[in-house]
Amino acid sequence: MHNSNEFKIPLGPQHPALKEPESFSVALKGEKIMGVDIRLGYNHRGIEKACEERTYIQDMYLIERICGICSHSHSTCFIQAVEEIAGLEVPKRALYIRTLIAELERIHSHLLWLGVAGHEIGFDTLLMYAWRDREIVMDMLAELTGNRVNYGINTIGGVRRNITREQAEKVLGGIKTLEERTKYYIEVATEEVTIRKRLSGVGVLSYEDALRLDAVGPTARASNVNRDVRRDDHYAAYGDIRFEVVTDMHNDVYGRTIVRVKELMESYQIIRQVLQKMPDGPISIKAPRQIPAGEALSRYEAPRGEDVHYVKSNGTEKPERVKVRAPTLANIQAVKHMLADRYLADMPIVIAAIDPCFSCTDRLVTIEYPNKRKNEVISWQALHSYSIEWHRSRGIDFRALNKKFSERIKG
Amino acid sequence: MLKEVLNHIMKKPATNLYPAQKLQMPPGFRGKLKFYPERCIGCKLCMRDCPTQAITINKLEDNKFEAVIELDRCIYCGQCVDSCPKKALESTKDVELTQLDAHKLRVVFRAQPENNSKK
Ligand code: SF4
Ligand code: SF4
Repeated sequence: MHNSNEFKIPLGPQHPALKEPESFSVALKGEKIMGVDIRLGYNHRGIEKACEERTYIQDMYLIERICGICSHSHSTCFIQAVEEIAGLEVPKRALYIRTLIAELERIHSHLLWLGVAGHEIGFDTLLMYAWRDREIVMDMLAELTGNRVNYGINTIGGVRRNITREQAEKVLGGIKTLEERTKYYIEVATEEVTIRKRLSGVGVLSYEDALRLDAVGPTARASNVNRDVRRDDHYAAYGDIRFEVVTDMHNDVYGRTIVRVKELMESYQIIRQVLQKMPDGPISIKAPRQIPAGEALSRYEAPRGEDVHYVKSNGTEKPERVKVRAPTLANIQAVKHMLADRYLADMPIVIAAIDPCFSCTDRLVTIEYPNKRKNEVISWQALHSYSIEWHRSRGIDFRALNKKFSERIKG
Repeated sequence: MLKEVLNHIMKKPATNLYPAQKLQMPPGFRGKLKFYPERCIGCKLCMRDCPTQAITINKLEDNKFEAVIELDRCIYCGQCVDSCPKKALESTKDVELTQLDAHKLRVVFRAQPENNSKK
């Protein structure tokens, strides 16, 4: 496949993890990416339509399943819109509990991302470490909400579960361990030469381009765009809480890594404040089954960026229209820009850097030769090992590090 | 980094030896549902709120109801537990629901103990 003829690689389009399935069609000359075409909407799950067929309570659980990782993000974003239409005054304590779960979710999402990023660049030990530590936060979520994923904590007018003193203590304990670990990851990310070399200059997105292409979340913040819905248009309990919005000037995948690991530290601070300031009182108010006619747009800072839900009601038990714009859709245009003029070997990490749950899907690349009838298939694994080999032959190799770690761990 | 490596030399693997070693689910975990037929009044609120239509309440005779729960449809959201005004439903910590036979995932809870074909 390394002849000088230009050919096209379609990547995707199946993408069941997200509402927006993606298909990338990459034009290559040799190993250089000449251009990327992105087509959306292949595997449309029809969630918005399905929402119109169900009651608001049932929609809660459906919306939560748009994404298994941002499930609290979507359900909170949706419910905020519904509560705004119904004019419900959600109790303070419920808002604090929502904030707590939101930050735990961010920690779990960022640790997951760190592991995936490690895997995509061939640094599997990082994956093992990050995912082992992620178990701590997963256990906390199970403890607080009754499930590891799809927490189901929200209900219209509040939350479904209270948290006790002991649970709060447990969370604080877990946070302490995680904070130690995160410090270590920051150290690894900033001091490991191999990581720096592998990620710097990959997937570059300048400040102007980030604004122009409307990037959101860590993708934008790594290009020094100082935007965060939690601060700019605060919801839940974020108005009462002090935190920094982490930005970075590297403009590349390395910057996105730094933003995410530093955001973890902010999340720990937020959780401490939430637990400290959490008022007593009821956790929910009774919500009407029929939501009065009206419409609302709600914004939420999901771990991957700004999430937007629009809900229109018509006075019945079921919404008339629900519209969801998940963060990946906002970041997709930026990916196209980031890939231009890069090497094929960087594709896995550049796509993974916006955190689109790509690992769940899109494991297939087919090569179409424009002049021949023949098509070839490369699996995501093959593309992955190709990327590792490609960088290995240019001196960026995690093999020795991985081996050193695993040998010592085995004793 | 060397410190990290040394730390792990003496440690056991981080994974659990399932199924020999089983994890204890936290209290309040939303596992398999349990139905108390004697408490149910047949209002069917649970049926109405269930997002997946996994639960069906059938009337056997006056004031006697059975619940049929399709465990493979249920998403373990626990909404029925919240909706029930009589606390006739409960989430348990039971998570080991794997079956080779799909029919066994249809669980019927009845009042009479001899017909309690809970599997
Ligand atoms: S737990 Fe949820 S899905 Fe299962 S029966 Fe109850 S309401 Fe239906
Ligand atoms: S909501 Fe409770 S009382 Fe009503 S039918 Fe269901 S189980 Fe019975």
